[in-house]
Amino acid sequence: MTPSMNAIVPMACVAAAGIAAMVAEAFREPGERMPIAGLGVVGLLGAAFATVLLWNHNASSFGVVSADNFGLFVTGTLIIVGLLSLGISGPTVEREKLPAGEYYALMLFATAGMMLMATATDLLVIFLALEVMSLAVYVLTGIRRDSPASSEAAFKYFLLGAFASAFFLYGIAFTYGLAGATRLDRIASLMAGQAASPTPMIYLALGLLIVGFGFKVAAVPFHMWTPDAYEGAPPAVTAFMSTGVKAAAFAAFVRVFLSAFEPLRGHWSEAIWMLAAATMILGTVVGVVQSNVKRMLAYSSIGHGGYLLVALVSGNDFGKGAVLFYLLTYAITNIGAFGVIALLETPDRKNDQVSDYAGLWNERPGLAALMTIFLLSLGGFPPMAGFIAKWYVFSAAVKAGYTGLAIIGVLTSVISVFFYLRIVVMMYMTPTDTPVQCPAIPKIAGLTLIVSAILIVYLGILPTRVLDWAAASISSIF
Amino acid sequence: MGSEALAFYAFGAVAIAASLLVIAQRNPIYSVLLLIASFGALSGLYVLLDAPFVAVIQIIVYAGAIMVLFLFVVMLLNAPHEETEYDERVHPLLRPGPMRFGACLALVLAIELWWALARGVDTGAFPGGAVTSVAVIGRSLFTDYAFAFEVTSILILVAMVGAVVLARRDDPRERRKPGER
Repeated sequence: MTPSMNAIVPMACVAAAGIAAMVAEAFREPGERMPIAGLGVVGLLGAAFATVLLWNHNASSFGVVSADNFGLFVTGTLIIVGLLSLGISGPTVEREKLPAGEYYALMLFATAGMMLMATATDLLVIFLALEVMSLAVYVLTGIRRDSPASSEAAFKYFLLGAFASAFFLYGIAFTYGLAGATRLDRIASLMAGQAASPTPMIYLALGLLIVGFGFKVAAVPFHMWTPDAYEGAPPAVTAFMSTGVKAAAFAAFVRVFLSAFEPLRGHWSEAIWMLAAATMILGTVVGVVQSNVKRMLAYSSIGHGGYLLVALVSGNDFGKGAVLFYLLTYAITNIGAFGVIALLETPDRKNDQVSDYAGLWNERPGLAALMTIFLLSLGGFPPMAGFIAKWYVFSAAVKAGYTGLAIIGVLTSVISVFFYLRIVVMMYMTPTDTPVQCPAIPKIAGLTLIVSAILIVYLGILPTRVLDWAAASISSIF
Repeated sequence: MGSEALAFYAFGAVAIAASLLVIAQRNPIYSVLLLIASFGALSGLYVLLDAPFVAVIQIIVYAGAIMVLFLFVVMLLNAPHEETEYDERVHPLLRPGPMRFGACLALVLAIELWWALARGVDTGAFPGGAVTSVAVIGRSLFTDYAFAFEVTSILILVAMVGAVVLARRDDPRERRKPGER
């Protein structure tokens, strides 16, 4: 085994940018403004360049990191998540007087952890990557130290997250006990021999791993932390963690369950089926009654996790491609929506109630239009990207014979339209005497949102090329 | 009686005595310190069992890291004495709540031990010696698991940065002006 380093170049670029951000902060004079986010952009662009070069090469490093097209597609999604998150973070960091160096460093380290999680082919490395990502995100959640809500959110997230990590680790331990290895390919070959008559240990390992992953992707009933964490964290951080964490966790979920535990599919598909149904239904139904936009989007994000689980349980080529495309469109859309929320926050008011959006069209037509695009895409209206993504997921489910899940998915999508449209109606049609007073929009953040909106419409109208990439990604492995 | 048996009885006696004293103390600080003594004696037993790696880990992780954590918590809570909710004359162990809970846990442990010992120890699955040698563990850590080892360094870096962000004092020169939220 010659330890080729190629496969880890993207995450190494991002981690190096994180270290650079830390060092830059150390040299910053108090009160001095320094373009630390720019370092992150450089690192992410380097990672993007490496990702393009690695495409189709199936590079592998140390035998535990595999830059196959599947991992690279998710890496690309994570690079977009990172760039957009850096883009919308500026106003939040300025206004809240957050420690800029540490904020960006943690965001970049978390991104590197996510990339590793998406490309790792060893349970031990997946766990370490998960922890790198999670620790950084816990701290980012609580980075507004003078806000009790932020601290409470971080504490809840940390405690429950640590608990879930323990479950995940326990699952890995049982798997190791069964297979004598943590590499996914070796586990797969062992499981293939045991598929006919699984021992209780296998069920135990599977169950513990499902709980661990279920927590990270906020699947019902492991979703309790989500609304509090998403509401308490600064909106820019929420944008980052609601998309990046989900993308990385789903990538690892798909890789572990559709490669290592593929021979046992008959034994775990029922469990994931129920998780998917419960997640879609609860995310949607509870989302309807929320009056806080951040909580509403948190439940919406839980619901979207349910659609991704549908694609996972379908497990056919169509479904795997659908996971990748869905993650990409969901990431761009959700960052956009939370970006608008971030821009509406003022030092005095959070402006995160649905009623705060009344008359936004008259005050800030640009923001209202952007928010409309994001919400319509989340709801799955054509011609936005969300429509194509959902359509692919549901057709994958029908092709795999999970018509019941597809019906639940369509019904919950229809219900979810209610709460997305409620905000749109507020913005355009509800007159108000006290319109929201939002500060001037910084150029970079505004530009980031416009780019996201353009991407969403582009992916909605001309999805073929990206769908081809997604299809090519899954053909190389599995 | 050979010197090994002598060492076994010595370590065993210290471990049992220290453990008993842990639960018999009124002062939590003494309890914590006695627990360290108990862990130290246990690690001596591990050495006798030809498991030097476990012995060292026992000292570093349990007696070192975890006990320091305990000590910090006890000191931060500023509780030199346990809450005297009940009659002072009744010994802590004899008060209803903790006693019942502790008794349940002890019972579970006793049943588990009895069950495990009654089944006999099947060592066939674990070839002795192979994984206990420090040299073997070290070699595999820096070859097979070299990448995982490096990722751990990033993990610790993140934890350190995170701890500093959450715990550091605000720089007065960058502090908000009064009135600003």
